[in-house]
Amino acid sequence: MKRFLAFLVKEFRHILRDKRTMVILFGIPISQVLLFGFVITNEIRNARVAIWDQSKDEVTREISAKILSSGYFILDRNLSSASMIDDIFQEGNVKQVIIFEPDFSKKLEKENHASIQLVADASDVNTANLIVNYTSGIIMDYMNKRNQNLNFPMQIVCETRMLYNQSMKGVFMFLPGIMAMILMLISAMMTSISIAREKELGTMEFLLVSPLRPVQIILGKLAPYLLFSFINAIVILCLGFFVFGMPIRGNLALLIAESFLFIAMALSLGILISTVANSQQTAMLMSMFALMLPTMLLSGFIFPIENMPIILQWLSMLMPPRWFVVILKNIMIKGTGFLFVWKETLILFCMMIFYIALSVKKFKVRLS
Amino acid sequence: MRTIFYILQKEFLQIRRNKMMLPFILVVPIVQLIILVHAATLEMKNIRLAVVNMDQGSNSRRIISKFEGSPFFNIVANPKSVSDAEDFIKSDKADVVIVFQHGFENDLVRNDKSKIQVLINSINGTVAGISNAYINSIVMQVNKEIITEFLGFPSNQKLMPTIEVVSNFWYNPQLNYKNYMVPGILVLLVTIVGLFLSGLNLVREKEIGTIEQINVTPIRKYQFITGKLLPFWIIALFELGFGLVVGKLLFNIPIVGNLFLLYCVASVYLFVILGFGLFISTITNTQQQSMFISWFFLMIFILMSGLFTSIESMPDWAQWLNKLNPVAYFIRATRMILLKGSGLADIKKELIILSMYGFCSLSMAIWRYKKTT
Repeated sequence: MKRFLAFLVKEFRHILRDKRTMVILFGIPISQVLLFGFVITNEIRNARVAIWDQSKDEVTREISAKILSSGYFILDRNLSSASMIDDIFQEGNVKQVIIFEPDFSKKLEKENHASIQLVADASDVNTANLIVNYTSGIIMDYMNKRNQNLNFPMQIVCETRMLYNQSMKGVFMFLPGIMAMILMLISAMMTSISIAREKELGTMEFLLVSPLRPVQIILGKLAPYLLFSFINAIVILCLGFFVFGMPIRGNLALLIAESFLFIAMALSLGILISTVANSQQTAMLMSMFALMLPTMLLSGFIFPIENMPIILQWLSMLMPPRWFVVILKNIMIKGTGFLFVWKETLILFCMMIFYIALSVKKFKVRLS
Repeated sequence: MRTIFYILQKEFLQIRRNKMMLPFILVVPIVQLIILVHAATLEMKNIRLAVVNMDQGSNSRRIISKFEGSPFFNIVANPKSVSDAEDFIKSDKADVVIVFQHGFENDLVRNDKSKIQVLINSINGTVAGISNAYINSIVMQVNKEIITEFLGFPSNQKLMPTIEVVSNFWYNPQLNYKNYMVPGILVLLVTIVGLFLSGLNLVREKEIGTIEQINVTPIRKYQFITGKLLPFWIIALFELGFGLVVGKLLFNIPIVGNLFLLYCVASVYLFVILGFGLFISTITNTQQQSMFISWFFLMIFILMSGLFTSIESMPDWAQWLNKLNPVAYFIRATRMILLKGSGLADIKKELIILSMYGFCSLSMAIWRYKKTT
């Protein structure tokens, strides 16, 4: 035990000594959460549209005004012929062209039917889809309001209640993901080079000839980072609460405990990478490359997991942040208790045990 | 020239010697490209719906069967009470609950007006908004049918004024999101490889101490930097080509524009990234620091590049900040060339800006690199 303590002290000194790294360790997560919290959203805002109004009557003007005043769109220009559409899409700024057919309001009055064409630049499919959906929503809403005065019998209305996020803030969706992703990556990266570094610098031999057992070495490497990451986690939670107005409707102690578990899991993964890699460079490439994009894309933080092909849904189950995002959303936004997150907690816990056990097993007591 | 050649030879030898590096440079990115491209869709098809029907009249059943037939909705449960249904949302087994209260049919027939309660999990605001629009349009459609039948109105005529919205998706009518994602993810992978390899390279020599051996040789600064840069430049360009082939064969992405033009832009772009990586390498002392700094910028470059979420929806200051983001320019140019067939004239701006950045980052790297310690 005493030996282990001495080793622990050495590890702490080792990390604390390097002031520049300390600044990086704490500065990066904070600035990234701040930046991404504001920047990442898939709400449409100020998308540029062009309008080709072939009838220029009262109704088309009302609809255009309604679309442009929604805050989602701004008018780039008015068109006067179909041939202009291709040109403006080639330039790449305008995302959608709205075309009103000739004699719009006359048709609407006489035949009860008129049509609007929405042409979207679908080279960006996701945005094009959203924009078309938003625009049709606005047009439908306009029509409904107009038709309400007609007094038909047997009217059915939907009374919609938005649960958890009445004002539909994008932050509620993205912030848990951002928090999980940054915590995960920074924690895994921190430890991923710890053992690889000793191997590369040649100090590994000293550790190996010491009477410390592999488990002790691994735990000793883990402990200081656990503390630093935990501070990071608390700071990030505070940022979410104070800066972005994320609620904490559930139990705060449970939230902190879950964050601790998640960090421990990420750090163990880093240690595992470190024991497998033969140099710092490989360790880094592994922890970045193997982790960064998959964490971004498969954790359901930008793209909902339900929409993915089934194989990817399975794959996403291997992504720890996926489970942590569920935990965060449940505790912070929905305010549910442990009963609703025990499964996710158990999964994270098993992952942690698995990584630690595997690193102990993979840890070679002999050099090459 | 010969000096540069020797440095090149040394770098390639080092890369080849490390058994674990090669797969990470070549295999992992391609595997990621193949897998991750499928993940990037916002298209909604399976909105999980829980229906509470306490009414059991013919009209409520009619509406429900419309939902059953819709490709967007998937009825996952029929709970007995509203609070049961809310639990489904709470435990994330359903996204939307619709409730027909007892007396729905009665209200509709007697009072000519009836309500459906809709509960939507709106943590994801955008999805909630779209789900709401879908639900409303389905209900409205059924409602129109019901009214038309009730009034005995001829079904070939329009009962009330309707505006039909016809949508056309240009350049990609099948809405194949992979076309859009393959070039983007490819760009990311090339960027990651380039930035890390160059960012870690010099600082590694510093950490291990071999930099001093190079410093005492008569090699010139620019020769050294060129020698450090070229191998990664070649690797990254190779990777881009490899990825394009995979994209073409596997995903059949359209290559409308000129590949030569794409390669011109890519080579300029890589100078920006590699120069930037080398610059990071010169200002840091350990590989750990270098990695964290490159990672910091990479995350920002990637997430702000407009690949996953569109740049227009970011706040104004972020859009302004994005003018500094080389990845955003390159992704934009790549997409325009590959998908829309834009020519040199269309991407002139991107190319000029990237060249300027390339020049700046390279000169900064050369300036910061000191042969004396």
